[in-house]
Amino acid sequence: MVKRAGAIGGPIVSGAVFALILAALVAVMSKANWPISFGVSDWAVVRFTIWQAILSASLSVVFAIPVARALARRQFQGRSALVTLLGAPFILPVIVAVLGILTVFGRTGWSSQLLGIFGLPPLSIYGLQGVVLAHVFFNMPLATRLILQGWQSIPTEQFRLVGQLGLPPYEVFKTLEWPLLKQVLPGALALIFVICLTSFAVALTLGGGPKSTTIELAIYQAFRFDFDLGRAAILSILQLVLAGTSAMLALWILPPIVLQSGFDRPLVRWDARGNFPRILDAIYIGVATIFLILPLSAVVVYGLIGLVKVPSTVWFAAWTSTWLAVISTGLLIIMALPVSAWLGGSKKGGAETLTLLGLAASPLMVGTGWFIIIYPLADPQYFALLVTALVNAIMALPFAVRVLVPGMRQSLVDYGRLNISLGLHGFLVWRIVLLPRIRTRLGFAAGLAAAMSVGDLGVITLFANPEWATLPLQMYRLMGSYQTTAASGAALILLVLALGLFWICDYWGRYAES
Amino acid sequence: MKYLMTTTAAVLCSSAAWAEMPVLKVYTYDSFVSDWGPGPAVEAAFEETCNCDLQFIGAGDGAALLARIKLEGQRSEADVILGLDTNLVAAAKETGLFTTHSVAAEYSLPISWEDDVFVPFDWGYFAFVHNVDMQAPTNFRALAESDLKIVIQDPRSSTPGLGLLMWVKAAYGDEAPLIWTDLADNILTVTKGWSESYGLFLDGEADMVLSYTTSPAYHLIAEEDTSKAAASFDEGHYMQIELAGKLANSKEPELADQFIAFMVSDGFQSIIPTTNWMYPAVTPTAGLPDGFDTLFLPQKSLLMSPEESAAVRDEALDEWLSALVQ
Amino acid sequence: MLKVERLVVQQNDFSLRADFIIESECHIAVLGPSGAGKSTLLGAIGGYVPLKQGSVFVNGRNVSNTQPDQRGISMLFQDGNLFPHLTLTQNVGLGLRPTLRMTDAEKEQVHQALMCVGLAGFESRKPGDVSGGQQSRAALARMLVQAKPLMLLDEPFSALGPALRNEMLELTLEVAREASATIMIITHDPKDAERALDQILFVNAGQAYSPMPTADIMADPPVALSAYLGL
Repeated sequence: MVKRAGAIGGPIVSGAVFALILAALVAVMSKANWPISFGVSDWAVVRFTIWQAILSASLSVVFAIPVARALARRQFQGRSALVTLLGAPFILPVIVAVLGILTVFGRTGWSSQLLGIFGLPPLSIYGLQGVVLAHVFFNMPLATRLILQGWQSIPTEQFRLVGQLGLPPYEVFKTLEWPLLKQVLPGALALIFVICLTSFAVALTLGGGPKSTTIELAIYQAFRFDFDLGRAAILSILQLVLAGTSAMLALWILPPIVLQSGFDRPLVRWDARGNFPRILDAIYIGVATIFLILPLSAVVVYGLIGLVKVPSTVWFAAWTSTWLAVISTGLLIIMALPVSAWLGGSKKGGAETLTLLGLAASPLMVGTGWFIIIYPLADPQYFALLVTALVNAIMALPFAVRVLVPGMRQSLVDYGRLNISLGLHGFLVWRIVLLPRIRTRLGFAAGLAAAMSVGDLGVITLFANPEWATLPLQMYRLMGSYQTTAASGAALILLVLALGLFWICDYWGRYAES
Repeated sequence: MKYLMTTTAAVLCSSAAWAEMPVLKVYTYDSFVSDWGPGPAVEAAFEETCNCDLQFIGAGDGAALLARIKLEGQRSEADVILGLDTNLVAAAKETGLFTTHSVAAEYSLPISWEDDVFVPFDWGYFAFVHNVDMQAPTNFRALAESDLKIVIQDPRSSTPGLGLLMWVKAAYGDEAPLIWTDLADNILTVTKGWSESYGLFLDGEADMVLSYTTSPAYHLIAEEDTSKAAASFDEGHYMQIELAGKLANSKEPELADQFIAFMVSDGFQSIIPTTNWMYPAVTPTAGLPDGFDTLFLPQKSLLMSPEESAAVRDEALDEWLSALVQ
Repeated sequence: MLKVERLVVQQNDFSLRADFIIESECHIAVLGPSGAGKSTLLGAIGGYVPLKQGSVFVNGRNVSNTQPDQRGISMLFQDGNLFPHLTLTQNVGLGLRPTLRMTDAEKEQVHQALMCVGLAGFESRKPGDVSGGQQSRAALARMLVQAKPLMLLDEPFSALGPALRNEMLELTLEVAREASATIMIITHDPKDAERALDQILFVNAGQAYSPMPTADIMADPPVALSAYLGL
């Protein structure tokens, strides 16, 4: 038989990713000082990590349900813009969002000022509440889109039937909506839980100290504060087991990641026509919009003011971040294409768990492991950006694979025989069939990867060198050193950069269609 | 694109021009190298005389500097580490990466300093800084009983954070865990470094911030702002002496010696008060700048010897962590 | 030109047996109930379904272990015969050059083939921009340039209306004559066979019978065929 596309490259790349992570782990462990002390505060870290992920996932989904329902059944001006906006937090750099959230919900933020007018005490954002708030900010829109998508999979005819029968809302919920939610919710919960489990930048900036430290943050502290590689190694393994198990269990219920376009279509509903549900829906949509828009507009408004105060180092960092994202996206494409073709061609997606290692492994562990490996051979500074780019690509791989696999599978199912009958194999299949067929998805996946890479504040914190700081790191430094105005300017640049890179890639992907 | 080209060109030109020039790499904490810190002025002043390229490399916050050196080990390109303090001396010496110096100076420290590895470059007293319109507490117990929100720094990453551990330990000994338990609800957040904390405080996020008795001088001198003050605590104030040391693996040992000697000279010391906002280790001939006389001096100063602080560090850290995770 | 020798295909519970010979330039209708094994038979000949036993010879060459594109066979499927992202010229050109790096002469050949099937002027359209009938024509044009001695058609026109389907059948036969090719075409309509095709190959319950001249078999259909035809 002819070798399928990705049949060789897929296992090689997956194996390489596995080896990269394993090598890093071994390197870290080799530097560890045994025996390892693991005390009360370490268990507190594990407890906090799980607890905040549970809270973040549940709250995101609970808030998302009424919003998704309202969006699914209401048609209004700006609806499609709002649905697009729901996709934004996914590609929004964490540190930018954190700055926006601080401006709105911080102790001296807009909402505290508002509370002050009524004589109420200001909000306190540091600690569990801040971490969860930021996670909900990021994941509630994701959950809304996932649920909305499920809602729109209910055929219009069924709602027509329901309207015709004049079923009361509770019956509609029971017969149509609840079965759907039962299908969609576990996946959404699992995905958000896994994402929040490995949270770093949010906990770094909004965690209130030892009380609200995630495992990932504890790994960073063990490396950067104590240089206690033994503890870091143990925490890394713990992280790998915890997030890996969750990711693997969740894999079976994880929802596919959808492209931007294609599901922006409000259902015509014959139920829920009264004034009361209408007002309620308006409130849900309004509150969600304000919750999303306020921090973003805070970034834009203060960013424009801060733009003039931005030091030249920020522009240089922006440039560094841009080509870091380009390298990272290139690496991601090289990895994701064979892997997704391989998985798309194989019957069961069991091998997909391998790429989930990218979701479960700690970027900081991988980064430091490679720092240790490279150190005896060369100056790791020279490899800092390459390692960062590679780690970013590995972290984006699970998302890219989930975007690409359905397209690959579809292309292979639809055109597999035609390829064979025409004698298309090897690179010809890629050039003539697969790449053009998955271009839209590839553009979207590349856009996600570029945006995630440009906004990432992770591995680079280990290699921190003032000459080669990335924009998120430079911004983090500005935030931490009086320069709030300049940091706002940097945040705006970072925001534009992330959205811009995403847009370019996504546009490239969709350009072929027209 | 254009920016990259000019930068690349600049880098190429400069490396060509400096091909013959020896390079001295000094690892220090981030705020030292920042545009508003002492770094740029010190670099310019030293390069005038040394015929070398002095490079300051910000490697995190004070305590993280040591972690960085441990991580890099023998391969480190650093010639000098600037920014450790007395609480870290024992751990730093234990790495075996540092070598002795031969600098002698008339230090204006409140204590006598004799160490063959580390040389002090400035000093100060830790204190909580607040707005003058507020009634500040006069000791830790009063602070713990109040509703005031404070921001402090992580003792694992920052030297002020570690200093605060030592401060409470020196003042309260075995009662320190109780103090921390009582303080826990006053702590708004714990930041990685001093500058993050101070930024939060300036943004109004907290009522008080762990800093130095000299911090109000910054506002007074640089911003003509008299609204900030440091709270005087009756337990006394823990002292910080910031130090620099030379690495044994330095490729430029003479230059490193020359830099450390420069560090205790007027050229360096006169820059410190109005950029690092600390007391200089050797008072410059021109004396302290105007405004420093307005700062209060603690009734009682606390300081553990490097050996003492090394002995209590792990225990104090555990107590701190346990109190704060509850 | 096509010899199928003691062929056995096994797919789970289903098995298909065939043993027959087809002469050059014959036009064969493959007829039989759903699930009888018509598609499996064509798939086995074309090389898309693995053989359990037996051999397939094309022009005397045993192709049983040859890649589908090396068997001297071209094939059209029920759907997915054209790549939607390629122009009609490119889709047809794939039959000549899988790399799509065509010489001027080859481009001309493609152009001629498109003209031949009545698609002149549609060269740079994409499949999505033309009608279903025109898509079928483009697929036939590709068969024309492929110029393989055996053409297999697995109900490629089933989605078209009756008139259009007739038209396509005529065109297919023209293409086959042009290329001097043997064709086997699966159809559900015995009228197709009666009108245009020389022989009928009847497949029933996993057994492919030797093809017989259309007139003979229709005059005296075997029992199973009568049942299928509802006679």
